[in-house]
Amino acid sequence: MTAPTAAVTKQDDWVPGAPPPAPLWFDVWRGIAAENPVLVQMLGMCPTMAVTNTLANGTAMGLATLFVLVGSGLFVSLFRKHIANEVRITSYILIIATFVTLADMILAATFPEISKALGPFIPLIVANCLLLGRAEAFAAKVGPVRAVADGLGMGLGFTFSLMALSALREILGSGSVFGINIMGPRFEPWVFFVAPPGGFMALGILLLIKGWLMTRKARRAAEAKV
Amino acid sequence: MSNLAWIFTSTLLVNNFTLVMFLGLCSFFGVTAKVETAWRLGLANTFVLLITAVSASFLNAYVLAKTPFLRTIAFIVVIASAVQVVEMAVKKYFPVLFRQLGIYLPLITTNCAILGLALFQTSRHYNWVEAIVFAIGAGLGLTLALSLLASIRERLEVADVPDFARKMGLVLVAASCLSMAFMGFAGMGSG
Repeated sequence: MTAPTAAVTKQDDWVPGAPPPAPLWFDVWRGIAAENPVLVQMLGMCPTMAVTNTLANGTAMGLATLFVLVGSGLFVSLFRKHIANEVRITSYILIIATFVTLADMILAATFPEISKALGPFIPLIVANCLLLGRAEAFAAKVGPVRAVADGLGMGLGFTFSLMALSALREILGSGSVFGINIMGPRFEPWVFFVAPPGGFMALGILLLIKGWLMTRKARRAAEAKV
Repeated sequence: MSNLAWIFTSTLLVNNFTLVMFLGLCSFFGVTAKVETAWRLGLANTFVLLITAVSASFLNAYVLAKTPFLRTIAFIVVIASAVQVVEMAVKKYFPVLFRQLGIYLPLITTNCAILGLALFQTSRHYNWVEAIVFAIGAGLGLTLALSLLASIRERLEVADVPDFARKMGLVLVAASCLSMAFMGFAGMGSG
């Protein structure tokens, strides 16, 4: 997919390596579909597997990451002209760590049970390569509006993938959705899917299905041309 | 003494950082195309883990006792500096290894295994001796998992599989089988 050419965002300060101008909706849409962090870029794998054993945990982790992505994107973009090139990674990490600390405190104050269930995995958002990746590749090179749009898109894409994965794992692994039993009393849960190997297997299955659909689509398009 | 031995086996096998606790998955999938690079990166990680464990236990004892809200920020700054030191040392004394590891050396900073180690050792209240044993166990466990997956992937390269499975899908299924094997250790030592 190529970026539409109509520029909505003003690009008065273009820097080398900056993403091409695109309408705002496209900056958001890219993170959800074409460059989905989990299913396409395979970034941020650790939280993807570790906390997706129930839908509630997966959703909370996705939303916390969304908050950090938007906040750090905004601040990295605002400070992009003041951060020296040599210390940029450390500066980005500091900005990200600040927002992660905020997210950790907000979650602990509003949803203490979920905060306890996720444990050290909320502070571990700092080490999610998706955040540093977006700061370096996108937010540091564009204005604040586009940076926020990108953070929103990537965060939504991340949340949706986490929700899909955790829904699959919770339905098969414990026969419930958000803790409410939906499979009836005769369903024997596949405990395998809530255990660690099930995480790898569930994502592997999702990726295999995606790969198969993409190959089939490409083959049909090629046949239609002939 | 048996406590230390238990921490070591527990982190190496029963609660393997990568395969059971899902820490450090980026390098687990990123650098495991070749066995040679895989175990070398594992050892570089072990070294950073050791530095982090020692620094984190001193930070916990002397700095963070009164300011727990600075924990995440303090840990990540220590880790980033430790990685910088390791990078300079490797560049000076092992230039060949430096070229082989390339971008994955600075990326150790965002390896969640390192920050995870610091956070878990805090929540489990390890003293500094226990923290060092914990770090060695975690590092060797990481190296073990990386080398195992890399050797499986080297075989997968030459296997005859459908085109759509060539990418990450099959690697994840292989990782799942590996993780299943490590689940066999679960419950060891608990009774």
